[in-house]
Amino acid sequence: MSLPRKWVAGLLFLACFVFAGFSDAHALPAFARKYGLRCSACHEAWPQLNPFGQKFKDNGYQLMNDRDAPIWQNPSYWPVTFRITPIWHRVSTDKVGVDTAAGPNTGEVQITSHGFDLSGLDFHTGGTLDKNISFYVLPSSDNTASFHFETVMARLDNLFGSTWLNVKLGKFELDNLLSEKRILTLTGNGGIYQLYHFSPLGDTNGYGQIGDNQLGVEYMGHSYNDRTRVSAALLSSNDGTVGLPAGNSYSGFFAASQAFDTGKLGVQRLGFYAMVGEAPTQFLSSGGVPIPGTGFGNKSFSRYGFTGQIYLGKLDFQVVTQHGSDDKYFATATSPYNPVPGNVPSGALPAGARNATWNGFLVEPHYVFSPQLIFIGRYEGINVSQQALAATPSDAGNIQTFTIGYRYMPIMTSRAGFAWHNEYNWLRQSKAAPDGTDLTSSELLLGFDFAF
Amino acid sequence: METKFMKSSLLLGAASLLLMSAVSWAQMTKYQEDQRLNMEAHVGKYTGHAADAQANYRRYCVGCHGVEGDGQGENAQWLDPQPRNFTLGQFKCRSTPSGTLPTDEDLYNSVGRGFDRSVMPIWNQLTNQDKVDLVAYVKHFSSKWTTEKAGEVFPIPAEPEVTADRVKAGQALFQKLECWKCHGVEGRANGPSSDTLQDDQNRPIKPYNFTEGSRPKCGSTDRDIYKIFMSGLDGTPMPSFIDNVKPDEAWDLVFYLRTLQPKNAYNMKERAIAKQLGLKPIDPNAPAPAAPAASSGGQP
Repeated sequence: MSLPRKWVAGLLFLACFVFAGFSDAHALPAFARKYGLRCSACHEAWPQLNPFGQKFKDNGYQLMNDRDAPIWQNPSYWPVTFRITPIWHRVSTDKVGVDTAAGPNTGEVQITSHGFDLSGLDFHTGGTLDKNISFYVLPSSDNTASFHFETVMARLDNLFGSTWLNVKLGKFELDNLLSEKRILTLTGNGGIYQLYHFSPLGDTNGYGQIGDNQLGVEYMGHSYNDRTRVSAALLSSNDGTVGLPAGNSYSGFFAASQAFDTGKLGVQRLGFYAMVGEAPTQFLSSGGVPIPGTGFGNKSFSRYGFTGQIYLGKLDFQVVTQHGSDDKYFATATSPYNPVPGNVPSGALPAGARNATWNGFLVEPHYVFSPQLIFIGRYEGINVSQQALAATPSDAGNIQTFTIGYRYMPIMTSRAGFAWHNEYNWLRQSKAAPDGTDLTSSELLLGFDFAF
Repeated sequence: METKFMKSSLLLGAASLLLMSAVSWAQMTKYQEDQRLNMEAHVGKYTGHAADAQANYRRYCVGCHGVEGDGQGENAQWLDPQPRNFTLGQFKCRSTPSGTLPTDEDLYNSVGRGFDRSVMPIWNQLTNQDKVDLVAYVKHFSSKWTTEKAGEVFPIPAEPEVTADRVKAGQALFQKLECWKCHGVEGRANGPSSDTLQDDQNRPIKPYNFTEGSRPKCGSTDRDIYKIFMSGLDGTPMPSFIDNVKPDEAWDLVFYLRTLQPKNAYNMKERAIAKQLGLKPIDPNAPAPAAPAASSGGQP
């Protein structure tokens, strides 16, 4: 085939693809099948919720008419959606410790790898068990098909007929205004909110990750039109890991927000959140191996900040701020006690150790050209405001990252959804390379994100 | 051979003509509809513009009501009741007489309220401006809005105090107007005609079941119920009673209908009175009892 013919064939293929996309965006599977609504009714762009979708979720996956109970469903309806993402991506990290003739980890090289890959597979199943009793179960696999329960929860909705009384129990996403589980980006570093998982270099607290689904019980209330929302959750301090692996410690997560009608601009929402808790710093051990459930030496941590959803017509900005703090024992990876509970502190805390604190900011602008095409950007900056040890460089562990991309959803019927996704992420963490300099990484990703 | 060829040519020509007519008609309809994109709606301080609602209509409404507003969205096949066909310019929930167009506020309230016993949700998450824009967009589907004005809003007198006499008078009216034939003697939607009902498009339709606890189609308040039977639900067998029932009697009927409903925020007094009276369902074979003399207050 001559070159022009190849070009013509390519253009024809592209044209077919593009024009096929002029069919309107339709409903996302599962809930859309039940109600006959299009995906775009609930999603600004799948999977991010719009205010109507947020209200639907807050009502316990109900439209709040008398068709919410399963009795009204078509008997062939099965509330399940499978989601998986085949991709091609290129990942590059500039300073990776490698072994050389001089010994282990004596060298440092840039590693770039690329190729075709696969995400994990999610089985989303949710809905109502009866009017005002909702559920969500999400078995999720990694890309080797190793499964775990990402979400398992049942919720009593609108208790005593009040939208202010909803209680759910199980493993669930915290009531984050900007949901990481509905994130529009897919790369390794851009597919999560760094702010939701941050801890300073050397910090061992893995329990304050507000981006992870947690085990607990949540009260949630909202006004009839969902403009005002409040929630409070009591969580086991185990970062959502089943089997009681930590000690008998709990955390709390609180969120509240208020939305405002600003006419043609849209519905603006401002809110705040706080996570405070304690978690173990030490475990009893047997033969040197920690015994699950024996955590003790609980120390405190907190994360709190403001959230905002600002809509300017088709352009919107999602904003999250955070001030975080970890107890000095977490921050210096110190166990406060000898292995037997009740012993005096071991005194191993480094001299001058103090709590680690940091401040972060996240802004994620979207331009929703149509429910089928969305352009995404994000910037996150996290600065450690107080290192646990004064000798540590003040900027060590700081993170700057940006992500840009777009999602084009040419086909979304009430039986399936299909998105072409293209994204680039860049991240730098200060002083995190083996040689103590900045570590940067980047990722380019192209792929199909589909649900059926 | 030649005759056969001529016949074939004629058939082909006729078919082409029909096809072209259909295409032209569709294009003309679309053209006329586009011309109506300058349609406005006015609710309170808000002025809605149809052109501004195109994106929201496509996002929220088109799946059921269809691109052309004809109720034939992709999901319509799964829905019962079927989505409203906006091109007919016929609406159930009105504060205007039967056969007339509703006010913009009637449509606005429908968008914000949603409809029980259907999948039409409550769209109160949208801004007020968005909802008024959508009302204008709904109107642009029907040429009726360019040739007719909305009907005159019929007055609703102030709600009187509920009394035992009024409840009994309402029950008498329920029998006299033969509401029971569709709604059943206990309001269970099981009257003798209930299984035979069809809407204007010959689709089966069920009467409202007062006992199941769902919201009435056009609102929950006493005024909403008053409006429903005074205006009728156009396009359904539910007639307008505005010419047959005096406004004060209409309130009596509202009070009686409240006694048929399960306990809710609006019927505490009516249910208490019904219990006190030991109110029994009507006997359709008995002659309609006369309304108590003291039932009615001032007549309009």
